[in-house]
Amino acid sequence: MKAINTNLEQFSYDNKIVLNFSIATIIWGIVGMLVGVIIATQLVLPAVNFTQYGSFGRIRPLHTNAVIFAFVGNAIFAGIYYSLQRLLKARMYSDFLSYLHFWGWQCIIVAAAITLPMGLTTSHEYAELEWPIDIAIALVWVVFGINMFGTIIKRREQHLYVAIWFYIATFITIAVLHITNSVQLPISFLKSYYVYAGVQDALVQWWYGHNAVAFFLTTPYLGMMYYFLPKMANRPVYSYRLSILHFWALIFIYIWAGPHHLLYSSLPEWAQSLGVVFSIMLIAPSWGGMINGLLTLRGAWDQVRENTILKFMVVGITTYGMATFEGPMLSLKNINAIAHFTDWIVAHVHVGALGWNGFLTFAILYWMIPRIFQTKLYSEKWLKMHFWIATIGIALYTIPMYISGFTQGMMWKQFTNEGTLQYGNFLDTTLQLIPMHQMRAIGGTLYLIGAIIMAFNLFKTMAKGHLLANEPAEASALIRNSVIDSKGHWHRWIEKRPIQFLLASLVVILIGSLVELVPTFMIQSNIPTISTVKPYTPLELEGRDVYIREGCVGCHSQMVRPFRSETERYGEFSQSGEFVYDHPFLWGSKRTGPDLHRVGGKYPNSWHFQHMKDPSSMSPGSIMPTYEWLYTQTLDTSFTKSKLDAMRTLGVPYNEMEVREAVQNLENQAMGIQKNLAENKIKIGANKEIIALIAYLQRLGTDIKINQ
Amino acid sequence: MEIMYVMIGLSLLMAIGFLIAFIWSVRAGQLEDLITPALRILPEDSKIQKIIHKKYEGN
Repeated sequence: MKAINTNLEQFSYDNKIVLNFSIATIIWGIVGMLVGVIIATQLVLPAVNFTQYGSFGRIRPLHTNAVIFAFVGNAIFAGIYYSLQRLLKARMYSDFLSYLHFWGWQCIIVAAAITLPMGLTTSHEYAELEWPIDIAIALVWVVFGINMFGTIIKRREQHLYVAIWFYIATFITIAVLHITNSVQLPISFLKSYYVYAGVQDALVQWWYGHNAVAFFLTTPYLGMMYYFLPKMANRPVYSYRLSILHFWALIFIYIWAGPHHLLYSSLPEWAQSLGVVFSIMLIAPSWGGMINGLLTLRGAWDQVRENTILKFMVVGITTYGMATFEGPMLSLKNINAIAHFTDWIVAHVHVGALGWNGFLTFAILYWMIPRIFQTKLYSEKWLKMHFWIATIGIALYTIPMYISGFTQGMMWKQFTNEGTLQYGNFLDTTLQLIPMHQMRAIGGTLYLIGAIIMAFNLFKTMAKGHLLANEPAEASALIRNSVIDSKGHWHRWIEKRPIQFLLASLVVILIGSLVELVPTFMIQSNIPTISTVKPYTPLELEGRDVYIREGCVGCHSQMVRPFRSETERYGEFSQSGEFVYDHPFLWGSKRTGPDLHRVGGKYPNSWHFQHMKDPSSMSPGSIMPTYEWLYTQTLDTSFTKSKLDAMRTLGVPYNEMEVREAVQNLENQAMGIQKNLAENKIKIGANKEIIALIAYLQRLGTDIKINQ
Repeated sequence: MEIMYVMIGLSLLMAIGFLIAFIWSVRAGQLEDLITPALRILPEDSKIQKIIHKKYEGN
C-alpha cells in the first residue's frame, strides 16, 4: 500500500448543480412568499380573491407547497449538494442523476403550480398534490437518494460527519412518510380518493404532517447548521459529542409526536397521551441542537457584531429554540384547547418557517454564492438592509398573530353570566381580528421585500463574479481497513457496507409496512359504527368533491370538540363513527370561519344559495370569498359512477343498483333542491355545481341529529 | 382503529432501522473520535478557495 500522501487523488466538486438549486430557491422563494402575501391580504380584503383560480381556498395550498417544497426543498438540495461533496471529499455520485433530480423537482413544482389553482387537490395538508404528481415525487426522491448514497460509497473520508446523518434520516423518513400518506385509489388521471377514512385518515395525515415538519423542515436544516455555521464562523462546533447525542435522540423521539395534532378529537385517548408525552420529551434534543449551535459562537460574538451572515444564523437558531419550546407547550391538552384552530398555530408555524428555515437559507445562500463565483458579495449594505427588514417583518408577522390567536381562542370560549355564549355570532370574533391580520400582511410584505433585495444582491454577485463550475480539489483515497477483521462474521461484512445496510433497512421497513397495511384493507374497521350513519348520496358526494376542490377545509373545520363552548355554538360533539365513509377526512386544522360539522339543516337551501354567491349579503362584513362560478359551471357527472365504484371498493356499502343508477339518483335529488329554491323565487339550473354543494352542506352532521 | 397498528408498526420499523444504523456507527468506529471531525471540516481542500479566502477575507 502506498503512503497516504503520495496517494492524492484529483477530482472536482460540482458547483453548477449547487447554483441551479440556489437559483431555484431564490425564484420559488419569492413566488411562494408573494402568494403568502396575497392570501394574507385576502383575509382582510376579500375583493382580492380574483376569479376561481385565485381564490383563497385554492391558493393557500399553493403558498404552503411553494414555500415548503419549492423554497425550502430547493434550499435543502443546494445545501446538501454543496456540503455533502466537501464533507465526503468526493464529487456527487452521478452528474446525470444530479440534473435529473434538479429538473424532475422543478417539473413537480410547476405541476403543483398549475394543478392547485385548478382545484386539483387531495385535501391532505402539505400533501395536496394528486396521485400522478405523488408518484413523480417518490421517483425523484429515490433519484436523490441514489445520488446521495452513491456519493457516500465513493467517499474519501472515513468518518461520516454528523450533518450527513441528518441528511440520511431526512431521506429515509420522508420516503416512508410520503408513500404511506399517498395511498390513494385513482378515479381518473386527476382525481383520487384516500384509502383510509375518517379518524384513521386523520391519524395517517398528521403522522405525516408532523413528521414532514420534523424531517423536511428540521433535520436537513440541523445538518446544514452543523456544516455551515462552523464554516461561517471558522470555528468547530461547540460539542461534537452533543451533536451526535442529540441527533439520535431527536430522530427516535420525533416519529411518535404526531397525535398531538388531534387532541380532543375522536382519536383514542391513549394515543393522544402518547403524542403529548413524546412531544414534551422533544424539548431536550431540540434544545440540544439550538444550544450547540449558539455555543459554537462562544468567544466569537464580536464576529456576530460585524458579520451579517452570522446574524442571520443567530436569529434563525434562536427562533428554532423558540418554536421547539412552543411546540411541546402547544401539545399540552389545556393549552391546545385554547390554541387549536386559531391563529396561534399560524404564528407558531411562521416563527419556524420565517426564522429557522428562511434565515438559515438566506445565510447559506449569501455565504455560498460568492464562494462558487470566486468573488465578494455585491453589496454589504443591501445584506444588512435585508437582515433588518426581514427581522422586523418576522416580528410584525408573528406578534399580531399571537395576539390574534389568543383573542380568537378566548372569544370562542367566553360565556356571559347568564351562561350563554358572549360572542354567539362567529363573525364577531372574525371582525375583531382584522387589525391584527392587516399588520400580519404588512409583516409578510416586509419579509418578501427582504427576499427581493437578496435576489437582487445575489444576482448582481453572480454577474460580477465568474462561476467556478467544477472546483478542483484533492484528497487521499479512502483506505478501507479490511485487514483488521477477516474473520467473516456476517455483521462485520455488513458493517463495512453502510449503503447496502441502509438500503436493506429501507427494504425491511417497506416489507414490514406492506405486511402491516394489507390486513388493514382486509379487516372490517372496528370503529364503533352508528347505525344511522349512511353513505353520501351521489349528489352529496359530488358536492363534497366541490367542497374539496374549493379548499373549504382551509378555513372551516368539521370537528366539534367536546367542550361546552363548542357544543353550545355548533351542536353535538363529533364522534368517530360519523366519519367512517369520509375518504378523505375533512376535519381541517384552522377556523377562519366557523366549524361546519353540524351545519346541515341549520339554514334553508336559499340561505346557502345567497351566501355562497355573496357571503356579505347574509353575514355583513364576512371575509369569505364569493363563489359565483359555482352558479354557471355545470356539475361534471361523467365520473360519478366511478366515484361510487371507488368508494365501494374502499368498503362503503353502496349496492350495485345505487352505483348503476348513480346519475339518475343525482339528478332527482338535484331537481328536488331546484324546486325548493324555486319556491323561494330563486331560479337556477339543477345541473349547476352549487346545487351539489348545497346538498352536501345540508347533509353534514345530520345523521345523528335526526335521531335527537 | 387498526391504522394505529400500521402507524406504530411503521414508526417502530423506522426506529429499529435507526437503531441498527446507530449500532453500525458505533461498531464501525464512527464514534471513536468525537473531537477531530469537528475540526477537519474547517480547512478548505480546494486550492482555489484558499486563494479566494486570502484575497477577500484575509485569513
